Amino acid sequence: MLDSLVFLIAGTLAAATPLLFAALGETVVEKAGVLNLSIEGMMAVGAATAFTVATLTGSHVSGFAIAALASALLSTVFAILVLFFLANHVAAGLAVGILGLGLSALIGKNHEGQTISPLSDLDMGWLSELPLLGKILFSHDPMLYLGIVMIFLVWWLLSHSKLGLIIRAVGESPDAASAIGYPVILIRFLAILFGGAMAGIGGAYLVLSYTPLWAEGLVAGRGWIVVALVVFGMWRPLRIALGAYLFGAVSLLELFIQGMGFSIPSQLMSAMPYIVTIVILVIMSRNPRLIQLNHPASLGQSWHRNA
Amino acid sequence: MAYRLVARTETSLRAQLLVPLAAITLTLLAGSVLFSLLGKSPLAAFHAFFVEPLSTRYGIGEVLLKTGPLLLIAQGLAIGFRARVWNIGAEGQLLAGAMAASALALHFDTTESVWLLPAMVCIGTLAGAAWAGIAAWLRTAYNANEILVTFMLSSIALQLLYYLVSGPLRDPMGLSFPQSALFSDAALFAPLLEHTRVNNSLYLSFGATILAWIFVQRSLSGYKLLIGGLAPQAARYAGFSEKKAVWLGLLIGGAAAGMAGVGEVAGPLGLLQRSISPGYGFAAIIVAFLGGLHPIGIVFAAFFMALIYVGGDMSLVSVGLPNSSATIFQGMLLVFYLACYLFANHRLQKVEIRH
Repeated sequence: MLDSLVFLIAGTLAAATPLLFAALGETVVEKAGVLNLSIEGMMAVGAATAFTVATLTGSHVSGFAIAALASALLSTVFAILVLFFLANHVAAGLAVGILGLGLSALIGKNHEGQTISPLSDLDMGWLSELPLLGKILFSHDPMLYLGIVMIFLVWWLLSHSKLGLIIRAVGESPDAASAIGYPVILIRFLAILFGGAMAGIGGAYLVLSYTPLWAEGLVAGRGWIVVALVVFGMWRPLRIALGAYLFGAVSLLELFIQGMGFSIPSQLMSAMPYIVTIVILVIMSRNPRLIQLNHPASLGQSWHRNA
Repeated sequence: MAYRLVARTETSLRAQLLVPLAAITLTLLAGSVLFSLLGKSPLAAFHAFFVEPLSTRYGIGEVLLKTGPLLLIAQGLAIGFRARVWNIGAEGQLLAGAMAASALALHFDTTESVWLLPAMVCIGTLAGAAWAGIAAWLRTAYNANEILVTFMLSSIALQLLYYLVSGPLRDPMGLSFPQSALFSDAALFAPLLEHTRVNNSLYLSFGATILAWIFVQRSLSGYKLLIGGLAPQAARYAGFSEKKAVWLGLLIGGAAAGMAGVGEVAGPLGLLQRSISPGYGFAAIIVAFLGGLHPIGIVFAAFFMALIYVGGDMSLVSVGLPNSSATIFQGMLLVFYLACYLFANHRLQKVEIRH
């Protein structure tokens, strides 16, 4: 029983981490007023790049770093489309998402089906050897802890820093922000790059730690769950993190229920994250005023200076 | 000297025609760079992509075979997109149609009735509409974002398909392969061209095109949907209901995709299996945009996209291009289309900088 509890908690943390990185990135993007739906594609590019780089160089760190760069580069295409070509955010997100899925298959094509040694866990000395707690809390890989640090960093950035205030101003009213003299386009551009890099790291975590292998289509809809998570969390980092861990737990349910000997069709279990997403989305969106109060006022609207 | 963007008061027809052509040209240029980087000759690659498929009877048949579902789905999606109703789950609605029609075909596997196929088309169309209808209901009753819901429903439909072909609808004689029994002849579309795989379901796509054209150009509902998309405030003021637009947009898109699903299982496949569509539901989104959301434009866009699909398969064999090239082409097409579209409704105006 204790063993399965340890497995459940540790597994939840690991399954949630890719979602967490990407969702925190998207939060900053949406707070700046931009709706980027290309997360699935950016995570896929991050995953393929990370796997390829880590396999070729043997360095997980380079894998993560180049993945962040590659996905940020892809998000530049999105940024140029919506910021300079005033493209519809939804359509641009779909376009770049499809492009990303295609590129990820190209980047990873020589490594299809290969495995890699996962990112090694931190050894925190006596902390890691504590009974129970050591396994649950103090024996994970460094990126999982970085994910937790990022929750608080993004929370602090958005709620307590000058830069966060500017980002929110740009997202609420780009006209007013621009009139005060803030560079709306630059802020949005940087937010999109940050979102891209975070999605890339999320994708990298998938293939370098969570399931250490590369296969085309391995992101499997996580990018869309991330978009939903930002809505569930009402654009607040702490709630979004909570949502990510909840989804981590849901995705583990399959293994857990099978382990307990229930015979539920495996397809139903595989569909569970998507069903849960719809159910929570319905519960959270039921009250339109709640959404309206929380979502950045200019979200998804094109803006240019002499509009 | 500097330039600034000025919105056009009306979108020029010339620009609307030039934008897709410019997008295709830019995609080919970017594709040349990509192929060169991969160490392949761009000329050989383009030959494989755009000439080879059209140089044999079989190839032309394959292009038409893929034009059918893309055309059908894109016509349905475009009506929703005009109203800014974002149905990105046509892939799942296609599967819903395929599953419902297959269940019917397998249930009546001994009949020779000529009504079986029409019944399959009806039930498949209804199933697709119903699958999209879930999203319409959740959006209108609970304000749940239809982009996310339609996508999630797609993933759920795929798992439902996996369940059906490994359980209830699996061929009892099939050595536990995850696929159904073969359909009887009464459940299959008749061939349209000899020595190709094209079948009569292509007529459904052209029928839908005519309907879409009438709907958009001639009818009041089409006009209402258009207004709802371009100016929701004005639409509401004029008494057009946003809810109605959501329902209509999603149901039409779902129905078209469901019908396309019937065309696949009762056409080239002839049975229900794990893989029904090579991403037609997603590619049709690009087709709808590339066709300018216009029923006639979509015909050309669907043919071009089908060419990319078939060319992608052929270039895999003849030039050794990776099979992801087709997806990359699709993504680039939409990226360049959206970039060029700026100039359809804006123009650059020179402004003097005062010192």
